[in-house]
Amino acid sequence: MGRYVIRRLLQMIPVFFGTTLLIFLMVNVMGDPIAGLCGDRQCDPATAAQLRSEFGLDKPVWQQYLTYMGNLFTGDFGTAFNGQKVTELMATAFPITIRLTIVAIVFEIVIGISLGVVTGLRRGRPVDTTVLILTLVVIAVPTFVTGLLLQLLLGVKWGIIKPSVSPDPTFDELLVPGLVLASVSLAYVTRLTRTSIAENARADYVRTAVAKGLPRRRVVVRHLLRNSLIPVVTFIGTDVGALMGGAIVTERIFNIHGVGYQLYQGILRQNSQTVVGFVTILVLVFLAANLIVDLLYAVLDPRIRYA
Amino acid sequence: MPEPQTPDEAISQAGAGGATDLAMEEGTSLEKTPGGPEGTGPAGKPRSLWSDAWRDLRRNPVFIISSLVILFLVIISIWPSLIASGDPLQANLDDAQKGSEPGHPFGFDPQGRDVYTRVVYGTRTSVTVGVCATLGVALLGSLLGGLAGFFGGWWDSILSRLTDVFFGIPVVLGGLVFLSVVTSSTVWPVVGFIILLGWPQIARIARGSVITAKQNDYVQAARALGASNSRMLLRHITPNAIAPVIVVATIALGTYISLEATLSFLGVGLKDPAVSWGIDISAAANYIRNAPHMLLWPAGALAITVLAFIMLGDAVRDALDPKLR
Amino acid sequence: MLLEVRDLHVEFHTREGVAKAVNGVNYSVAEGETLAVLGESGSGKSVTAQAVMGILDMPPGKISGGEIVFKGQDLLKLKGEERRKIRGQEMAMIFQDALSSLNPVLTVGEQLGEMYVVHRGMSRKDARAKSVELMDRVRIPAAKERVGQYPHQFSGGMRQRIMIAMALALEPSLIIADEPTTALDVTVQAQVMDLLAELQRELNMGLILITHDLGVVADVADKIAVMYAGRIVETAPVHEIYKAPAHPYTKGLLQSIPRLDQKGQELYAIKGLPPNLLHIPPGCAFNPRCPMAQDVCRTDVPPLYEVDEQRRSACHFWKETLDGR
Repeated sequence: MGRYVIRRLLQMIPVFFGTTLLIFLMVNVMGDPIAGLCGDRQCDPATAAQLRSEFGLDKPVWQQYLTYMGNLFTGDFGTAFNGQKVTELMATAFPITIRLTIVAIVFEIVIGISLGVVTGLRRGRPVDTTVLILTLVVIAVPTFVTGLLLQLLLGVKWGIIKPSVSPDPTFDELLVPGLVLASVSLAYVTRLTRTSIAENARADYVRTAVAKGLPRRRVVVRHLLRNSLIPVVTFIGTDVGALMGGAIVTERIFNIHGVGYQLYQGILRQNSQTVVGFVTILVLVFLAANLIVDLLYAVLDPRIRYA
Repeated sequence: MPEPQTPDEAISQAGAGGATDLAMEEGTSLEKTPGGPEGTGPAGKPRSLWSDAWRDLRRNPVFIISSLVILFLVIISIWPSLIASGDPLQANLDDAQKGSEPGHPFGFDPQGRDVYTRVVYGTRTSVTVGVCATLGVALLGSLLGGLAGFFGGWWDSILSRLTDVFFGIPVVLGGLVFLSVVTSSTVWPVVGFIILLGWPQIARIARGSVITAKQNDYVQAARALGASNSRMLLRHITPNAIAPVIVVATIALGTYISLEATLSFLGVGLKDPAVSWGIDISAAANYIRNAPHMLLWPAGALAITVLAFIMLGDAVRDALDPKLR
Repeated sequence: MLLEVRDLHVEFHTREGVAKAVNGVNYSVAEGETLAVLGESGSGKSVTAQAVMGILDMPPGKISGGEIVFKGQDLLKLKGEERRKIRGQEMAMIFQDALSSLNPVLTVGEQLGEMYVVHRGMSRKDARAKSVELMDRVRIPAAKERVGQYPHQFSGGMRQRIMIAMALALEPSLIIADEPTTALDVTVQAQVMDLLAELQRELNMGLILITHDLGVVADVADKIAVMYAGRIVETAPVHEIYKAPAHPYTKGLLQSIPRLDQKGQELYAIKGLPPNLLHIPPGCAFNPRCPMAQDVCRTDVPPLYEVDEQRRSACHFWKETLDGR
């Protein structure tokens, strides 16, 4: 197990540097990294040149990348467009997005898995068909449309929620945004659980469980569910990273000042340090989530051995 | 299993299953290796898979409806003037945000342009982006993935790491960074971006199915009989590996249309003189309180289009994967 | 009589039509007696057993007629919950492939102990102790240590012993073994079969042994029922059938066993394929493959003729077959 973890960590190193380098190059192609550094004004040419050499921007891109990464590892993420430290921005933005992601994941688990189990056990019945069509509709309607519609209906028309949330939102303020963020993944979780349940329901060991005279509830919960949830857990695990990175749209619609908002601002103001810094953390979260999922696999499925 | 329990099961075992999930979002795609064919001969298998699938599809109402919708969308994206006589760019600020009136069934947008005409012309953008991006992704992805799966070795290792790198980048985020410098109002930067970030998904699937196909006994037998690499690829492996790619590509087409609209909504996809549902929805979002019609029509058109492609892909998947009937 | 199956009919409703898997099967088992049910894949032997156990998949399966009388009551008239309590306690089943029939993510101790927890209301600790006892009984070495292991950590023979242990846990009066040794190595087959036979004698259980292996049958069975296309074509005490079969199908089966004293001769094979259950041939289902078929065989379904007090044969020409003509 320990050796497997080490091997996986080693494998992650090229992926980590590859991904961050890719983003770094994109951001550099994107525009002038010092444009944002003089606040909202244009920098005068002399200051600009000085800043350039100060930040090493006159050096080749690969050297800049190495310097930036070097700084990163000492905890220096650079400065945002408004002069704030990027790390300070992170300290306020990440807790909000993490809260939003938790709400979304809870929705995925509770609603997605329940619907998947119900439909998987009643394949071909009206409930199944209805839910299946609903999931397709949810997948088909882009998140920003779902978000705007819910905002229009719940926020504007019926006044059930506030159309946008406070600067430091609580969990209950994030319920509707979390649902919007989760919507597409929730539909996938439902379908995945359904497929998995339906496949496993035909498995020999389920037939054995029935032949043993176990009550139906026990057959489903103890024998069927445990095996069927293995792929679902994998999906939800890897989804953590995707949700945090994909929160941009949701955060924009509901005006949530989380990671997505800061990234959006960073991109608009062409502040490379904000963008690269945030993306680096997101990539780390994504890689960590993948590793945890792999290890969880061994816990859920004893047949898997890590050598 | 002792003897085929039910005739149904025996029948369903005859076809090979390309079990590919409807998981589309970058980094969340769960790859399932398709099961190999059981008990059927090499020559009859691909043909019967496709003809079985076709027989199934013809009877599936979801397939028929989604095909008709897509046919309609393609026709009006080629000849939008068939059903809309106006000019999508003609603006009259006096009409701004007005609701439905004779000759203008969907009303006007914030700049006084006819919403109906814009919705019709927006089809062209969406269909073009979807079709071009999917073709690019499918060709590039299956080529790279297929070769990696077939030849293995260092090429395979590099490709695997490379797909890992691309999967690590959240799509919308990548789009924001990559497209925010682009000033062109054509669809090509968006198409290029989708191909750039989309190919690893197809590559993984193509790689997986080629590896599975390669391990089939009859392919091994062909190799033992001295079949050349090119013959094996064309005759034995491609027919087996192509089904999952087609299924995923069809569903992906829908999500690419949705992605274009999302990027345009965020202001980095297509830019203003272009006609796109995403742009219109973005513009309408600010007036959601007073003039929701400006939002609902393009949003509805977008949803129906994406839904049609996803349902088509879903129906094709069900037909090609008889394991789950 | 412990179990009597009377005129049982089972159908499967598939897209292609109604498959008649079991068409009027009669057989019986007494306490301590072993009935071997012999037949090819698709002969309905497993389906009949699943109907007796009450684990038939319904739908697509449907019991369209007959009675299953167990200890004097018709199981088909019982409610689901009453039926469930019989399973595991009164009758138990051993499946062919122990690896797929055991739950891969639960330890064998959990799976064995579950019988006691559910049916006897024991604590998990006591159930675990009972599991160790059971494993000792089926002679699994180091039972105390291995009780916490998972199925994949055992060898094929040991896994099948665990299946046997699970079936015996509550000392049922009837065991149905569906090809219990087919998946095992030849050397292990004999050990497992001997163990099963020994435990059966000890507990005086009825045993239905489903198999297509005539070699297994000769050693352990008291009587044989040969099935073809969902019907019993011949029943007889085990030794008589070997001496002189009274149905051409049985004869064909016996002739197709390789024998040492006939080394060098070409092995006999029954020509043709088992019938399609969607379209069972009219008359005697075996007539297209039968070397003795006459016109009457293509029109009239043969009844079960009484050969002698203990023997029945569903062949119009049973006399001729018996005489070896």
